[in-house]
Amino acid sequence: MTETDVKVVYKRPLGFTDRTTHYCPGCTHGVAHRLIAEVLEEMGELNNTIGVAPVGCAVFAYNYFNFDFVEAAHGRAPAMATGIKRTLPNKIVFTYQGDGDLASMGMGEIVAAAARGEHFTVIFINNTNYGMTGGQMAPTTLPGQKTSSSPLGRDVETQGYPIRTAELLATLDGAAFVARRSLHDARSIRNAKRAIRTAFEAQKQGLGFSMIELLSICPTNWGLKPAAARTWLAEHMLPYYPVGDFKVSTAVSEMKIGGN
Amino acid sequence: MALELIKGNIAVAEAAMRAGLVSYFGYPITPQTELLEHLSARMPELGRAFVQAESELGAINMVYGAACTGLRAMTSSSSPGISLMQEGLSYLAGTELPAVIVDVVRGGPGLGNIAPSQADYTQVVHGGGHGEYHLIVLAPASVQEAVDLTTMAFDIAEKYRMVVCLLLDGFIGQMMEPVELPEFKPVRTTPPAWAIGSPDSKGQVVLTSINIDPPTQERFNVKMMTRWQEVEKNEVRYKGYFLDDAEYVVIGYGTAGRISLSAVRAAREQGLKIGLVRPISLSPFPAKVVDELADRVKGFLVVEMSNGQMLDDIISIVARRVPVEFYGRMGGMVPYPDEISNAISALVNGKHDVNIDARAEWLAGLRELVGTGE
Repeated sequence: MTETDVKVVYKRPLGFTDRTTHYCPGCTHGVAHRLIAEVLEEMGELNNTIGVAPVGCAVFAYNYFNFDFVEAAHGRAPAMATGIKRTLPNKIVFTYQGDGDLASMGMGEIVAAAARGEHFTVIFINNTNYGMTGGQMAPTTLPGQKTSSSPLGRDVETQGYPIRTAELLATLDGAAFVARRSLHDARSIRNAKRAIRTAFEAQKQGLGFSMIELLSICPTNWGLKPAAARTWLAEHMLPYYPVGDFKVSTAVSEMKIGGN
Repeated sequence: MALELIKGNIAVAEAAMRAGLVSYFGYPITPQTELLEHLSARMPELGRAFVQAESELGAINMVYGAACTGLRAMTSSSSPGISLMQEGLSYLAGTELPAVIVDVVRGGPGLGNIAPSQADYTQVVHGGGHGEYHLIVLAPASVQEAVDLTTMAFDIAEKYRMVVCLLLDGFIGQMMEPVELPEFKPVRTTPPAWAIGSPDSKGQVVLTSINIDPPTQERFNVKMMTRWQEVEKNEVRYKGYFLDDAEYVVIGYGTAGRISLSAVRAAREQGLKIGLVRPISLSPFPAKVVDELADRVKGFLVVEMSNGQMLDDIISIVARRVPVEFYGRMGGMVPYPDEISNAISALVNGKHDVNIDARAEWLAGLRELVGTGE
């Protein structure tokens, strides 16, 4: 028998359980979950991490990760994470929140946590609608975008304007690292992973609050096939929500990151 | 240990620290603020967590997070703030977490005022949040009792993994009295096996209040209700005064109970056989003593600094065996002992009608006394 040199290039991250996903086909929640698990694995922090799950599609996030998790009330994850991190300051703590949760119901909690410079990381999923309840208008819904509660398209005269969360939180001195990335193609996903790594490293080194906003697709509620949804994201969301680093504190910019 | 003259709010704060409080989260609101202020200095001094939250919503959800570590967590507020915390209290209960909250009750509804009141009885005893759950509610009538109950509150919260509410009216919070503070207890800093971040847990710990499958939720609620039966068996607390030969019994808690005691003593001096039941645990309620007294006394007078929120519980226990009458002041007003003495006289010399509408009779009298506000 000839020996073949086999190299494993893709496997389930160690931080994952082997449960089957409940997310819709094509949804980028799975990608975001995977990036978090990979980063925590690379940092050797899987056994030292506590996640805070949101109310929304990711309400069962703890079914996919195998480390400790709590489940917050809608919008309150940053307050809950504050309570955990202040009580157990040596743990890595992160919240995983959608746009209805973070930018509508929980805008008070997220702004206050960022302003206090709480030492936890926020993974913020922006897919321009309330996914779990069936695609209603969110604070992130684009002008003119049709949703189940803006059937004629978001009219900014009566329904106001979308919130650019990353830019907003970047104005706060307590925020150490605030960035927006996209999950619509492979290159963007690799960039997103680097940003998530930087955010968790900033937390580990005690440099302050960090948030990564991830532009995501919602094929089911958008009424698009996954490939078309990714194109829609690129064509409509990227112009309104540019990717980039909106706040990099001096300490974060000088931070050394080990590994890859 | 020497007695010290301390304000109620500060005494509770200091007692909580000595009971091993690890994390405190609060928001300023009168008449509770001294508690927050005291801990803002003392907690960091001892290397413990203190956060002035962005709101009471923030504060209770910080407690929710901290309670998931199984370490001692507390918040404090006053009535409007406690209203805001109801969401978090329901989640804490639904996740079976221990925590202590302090409610220094003020006059309402709405913004109301900052004077002492007992009008939060319904919202804390009968639950202001959604779903089926109970809080354990303890109501002190002096600063010393507030200190003692604070110490006990943390132990009870952990024993049953439930939220304990210390219900102080604004009087107890603001009043200075001589107290003996307890010694410092050792502080637990390692999460227990059921909690997040514990070195002793076997595998992943997930703390959540979600049970998406209704049969699972029902079984959980059965478990909670069964635990509550244990609490009802073990944690009823009250103080009885002059009950042995009492023909009529006054029932009042906290400051209303304390003022009632003055009126009861005055009645005794006049030869009237009046007793007093002062509930200390409002939840679980000392129903048994009231039930037994209802078989042998001629009537009850309920005294509250509210519109008779505990009155409804007493009426249901007594079940028309003897008359239940009521005297209360509302909106931050506090009854004088002679007002209660008059109510005692009315009970003793009255018609002894078990079908009397106690609240209507009282309201008619109060309308005469204070006017209708129209």
